Amino acid sequence: MGSKKELKILLEATKINKKFGNFVANKDIDISITKGEIHALLGENGAGKSTLVKILYGILKPETGTIKINNEKITISSPNVARKNGIGMVFQHFSLFPALTVAENILIALDQTIRFKDLVLRIKELSTEWELFIDPLKIVSELSVGEQQRVEIIRCLMQNPKLLIMDEPTSVLTPQEIENLFKILKRLASSGCSILYISHKLEEIIELADKVTILKSGKSIATIDAQNTTTKYLAETMVGKEITTLKKVQSKNLSKSIALELKNLNKSNSNDFGIALKNINLTVNYGEILGIAGIAGNGQTELMEILSGETVCDNEDQIFLDEIPIGLKNITERRQLGIETIPEERTLHASVPNLKINENTFLTYFPKYNVNKSFIGKFLNNPENSLNESEQIIKDNDVRCPEPNPMANQLSGGNLQKFILGRSLANNPKVAIFSQPTWGVDIGAATTIRQKLLNLSKMGKAVILISQDLEEIFQLSDKIAVLNNGNLSEILSANEISATNIGLLMGGNSKNKSDQEKRK
Amino acid sequence: MESLILTIIATSIPLLMAATGELITEKSGVLNLGVEGMMLSGAVGALGAVLWLENPYFGIIAGAMSGLFMACIFSVFTINFMTNQVATGLGLTIFATGLTGLAGAPLVGKTIPSLPKIEIFLLSDIPFIGNILFKQDLVAYLSICIIISITYFLKYSKPGIILRAVGDNHVSAHSVGYPVKKIRWYATCFGGMCAGIGGAYIPLVLTPHWSEGMTAGRGWIALALVVFASWIPWRIIVGALIFGGITIAQLVGQARGWPIPSQILSMMPYLATIIALTIISSRISKNNSVVPASLGKPFFDTQ
Amino acid sequence: MITFTPRDKVSNSWTLIGPILSIILTVIFGLLIFTFLGFDPAETLYQIFISPFSRIDRVSDIFVKACPLIIVGIGLMFCFRANVWNIGAEGQFIMGTLLAGSFALLFPKVETKLLLLCMFFVGFLGGALWAFIPAILKTKLNVNEILVSLMLVYVAMLFIDFIVRGPLRDPMSFGFPLSKPYSDGALINKISFPGIGYLGQLHYGILFIILLIPLAWVFNNKTLAGFQINVLGSAPKAARFAGFSKERITMSVLLLSGGLAGVAGVIEVSANIGQLQPEVSFGYGFTAIIVAFLGRLNPVGILFAGIIIATVKLGADNAQMTMGIPKVVTGLFEGILLFFLLTGETLQKYKIKWSWNK
Repeated sequence: MGSKKELKILLEATKINKKFGNFVANKDIDISITKGEIHALLGENGAGKSTLVKILYGILKPETGTIKINNEKITISSPNVARKNGIGMVFQHFSLFPALTVAENILIALDQTIRFKDLVLRIKELSTEWELFIDPLKIVSELSVGEQQRVEIIRCLMQNPKLLIMDEPTSVLTPQEIENLFKILKRLASSGCSILYISHKLEEIIELADKVTILKSGKSIATIDAQNTTTKYLAETMVGKEITTLKKVQSKNLSKSIALELKNLNKSNSNDFGIALKNINLTVNYGEILGIAGIAGNGQTELMEILSGETVCDNEDQIFLDEIPIGLKNITERRQLGIETIPEERTLHASVPNLKINENTFLTYFPKYNVNKSFIGKFLNNPENSLNESEQIIKDNDVRCPEPNPMANQLSGGNLQKFILGRSLANNPKVAIFSQPTWGVDIGAATTIRQKLLNLSKMGKAVILISQDLEEIFQLSDKIAVLNNGNLSEILSANEISATNIGLLMGGNSKNKSDQEKRK
Repeated sequence: MESLILTIIATSIPLLMAATGELITEKSGVLNLGVEGMMLSGAVGALGAVLWLENPYFGIIAGAMSGLFMACIFSVFTINFMTNQVATGLGLTIFATGLTGLAGAPLVGKTIPSLPKIEIFLLSDIPFIGNILFKQDLVAYLSICIIISITYFLKYSKPGIILRAVGDNHVSAHSVGYPVKKIRWYATCFGGMCAGIGGAYIPLVLTPHWSEGMTAGRGWIALALVVFASWIPWRIIVGALIFGGITIAQLVGQARGWPIPSQILSMMPYLATIIALTIISSRISKNNSVVPASLGKPFFDTQ
Repeated sequence: MITFTPRDKVSNSWTLIGPILSIILTVIFGLLIFTFLGFDPAETLYQIFISPFSRIDRVSDIFVKACPLIIVGIGLMFCFRANVWNIGAEGQFIMGTLLAGSFALLFPKVETKLLLLCMFFVGFLGGALWAFIPAILKTKLNVNEILVSLMLVYVAMLFIDFIVRGPLRDPMSFGFPLSKPYSDGALINKISFPGIGYLGQLHYGILFIILLIPLAWVFNNKTLAGFQINVLGSAPKAARFAGFSKERITMSVLLLSGGLAGVAGVIEVSANIGQLQPEVSFGYGFTAIIVAFLGRLNPVGILFAGIIIATVKLGADNAQMTMGIPKVVTGLFEGILLFFLLTGETLQKYKIKWSWNK
């Protein structure tokens, strides 16, 4: 090639410090991004990535530290100031307004005044130029997740950004959409716009980024050339120790007996925002892990609710356990029959934050103490009955507690998840159904949890895993199906299916608007 | 017939004002159960001001100021101190009932001059319609202007869109850089002023003297009206007229000696409110995007 | 500038400090307002807070006044714990005693207290039926229970006015709207202490509270039903996960609180008035909301809260007689108290930081 391109530093942040109460989120972080560079920010949950970018975007104020843009010191006191200085941000959970149209959403983030007609024209221009196709007059709640992200990106592009910050953008995309996104980002970078890209997906970082800064416990511990490294090196630097890989026993004696079966399960959605389940057929055998892939918002919540029994079926022979129809049984009855579900939300769904651990145990254990009791006895059934068992769960699962029998919100995320899993598995279920079990959990704990799932299937239990993490699905499942807009695809053996196939199935018909329920 | 329609319109104006103000408040995500208290404050404030200054137009200003004062108290607690909006709103109504009872005691028995009617040049000469629509008092004209303005404001103006955004997703609004608390303050204060003017209308036009609890639950009906109108401004006009009509119907019934006991007739507006809420709620539960999504949730801004 | 930061652990000390500090601040604020209005603060302080304790018969009247507040307050406690906002307790109070009174008047010659016992059940039924309306609308159609229960208060007040002036009117009452007086069997007698005689208006209805408080405590802490209510109010999704039925719990707490409000009404009328009249409740249903909050939704707390609020109400009566301050001013205090209590709740969850830079 010719002479080395002069690397101009766009943004330089030095000694950034941020505390929340006693918790140190960022400690003396230095980061430097050159013009046209794709710079990844890697770290586990709680490492401080989100905090850092929120400081760069003006949502948070650091205690100390300087930020220089084009060698000029700037105080980024609000997102308006950030935008004026050419910084745009695409949020992980989006910062959109579902009840408003695309154009209104974009108008809100604009600092200059612009006529509505001109705005719509400009949106269409950008949309065509960058192949981020979107209809400006559509209401955002009617868009697919991928489309919503396009709105976020166009919103940033309208301000001609010099630095585009993206927070975990690919967790909600199909493989094809991810490909498209990377094309756009590379194009942006070569046109001179820098990208700061938060991710925990090592493969993506290597494919996309020029440099990667690794954060751990609030400190920046390394800045590496992303093109000349390996995922293993990244992972180990990020965690700080060697990572053991999962031991999956590939050839197993898969029992032929069917544990759980869904036959032509249909369930209409309870309100405009839900997804109707259409004609779901699935079987899972004892000793088998069935992975259900799919992007959030395609019916996973509804499927989970109807499997668990939080919602009952319309008739009893839509779900069979050991060939017995249980469609009308509620969640308590299904637990007693041996079906345990572990929902996605640790707090406020699987546990109550301001209740003690024994009370949280009692949540699902209370029917046990009713056996052989008189009416008065049943009436007086209270959480004290769970004290011993909850102690046992804590001991058996290595749940670290700040005091004996603490409140659930005193436990860390990982420990709470251990308790929740332990509580369900201590009941020795026949079928265990997990939804996003490693979401928001760091690599060490995630590996432990995944190993637990494998062990469960080894012990002969039937396991259903609903997950948005394709890597996880492939690591663990014997059979895989994809949930798209309430439809379940054909169930294929894990050997027979490729990531591309799954990606296509996940993208599905990409939310065909005409047969979708009228979502306002 | 003409006077009947005029009476219905006059009865519906307080509801119209209070409900319109509350609509804006709720669009920003704040649920204000203190409307009844704010209307009462407006009523007492107007009475006091007019007794003191003799000109009924001061009553309008006083009503707005009283409502504003109450709205500020409410906002400090719910927006700045992040207290539970339902309980705080109830507390405000209880507080206002006590305060106005105290303030109104020396006003008992005194009457004030009513708001004069303003005739609109030429248009008021149209037979029938002219008398109904164009010979109204200032507040009636004001209420229609406000409703037309906020319809345009919410749909087409940037500040209006920002307001809706805050009510839709206050976290996103904060991420984009908007001062959620300040916007909610403005919306709540506007609502309070409207409620105050609505309350002031009662002594200024309907019953020109003080009696304890003279709003008789109109603030609560206004809250129901906002739900009934599905947060759409022009529907508030329809709702207010219907409730005004029902209120008058029971007076007409009493005057004409209908065989139904007067107390049962007096129940009609309240029962009608329950029925209206029931009808609308069963529609809303299928389509909850009309409800401002962050309604009632306190906003905590991370710094 | 004040900033709030979330606490790592919810502060337990604020559970007690909050109410106490709120009371003190309310007193200070209230006295300031009175001084501003031209009343002597020392005199006001004495009349409202001290005079109720000045004579033993006045002290017993505190308990008499607290009686309905505590009973309705306990009922509301169950609702608020489940995050159900029953604002219509006033209406349920009225309908309960109306139904029970109508029942009692069917038996004008009965002398035994068996009649009273039956009235308790009928009163419970009346209040529960009135609460059933918002309950069924909420559980089946998701209608907001605040507005429905509130509208029904106005309806109830008009209805009892109609009944007492109409069908149940006593022709011997000479123009006053009153029902016929209850027979002895429907009355609650004043307690006669050996050697002392009556203590103010203290009546046997107090015994109901002595029963109710420990029962309520046991219910909250030692029963499955109490646990279910707690979970539903704290985390509705978790309640679903546990298999607790939101509809059933919502219906139950509304019926229970409506019923208790009805019983409170029966006690009030049978002990203090002895016949039906258009005004049987003096805002008890609304004041009880404050009592429930002041008592931090806890039976023992509500007991004390009821006594405190009753003291203030009695004091306000005295203040009206001796100083001409209108009684209605207690609403002022109650509102301010509620504001401070709610702020105290926020302080339980958040720490305050003063900073002098913008």
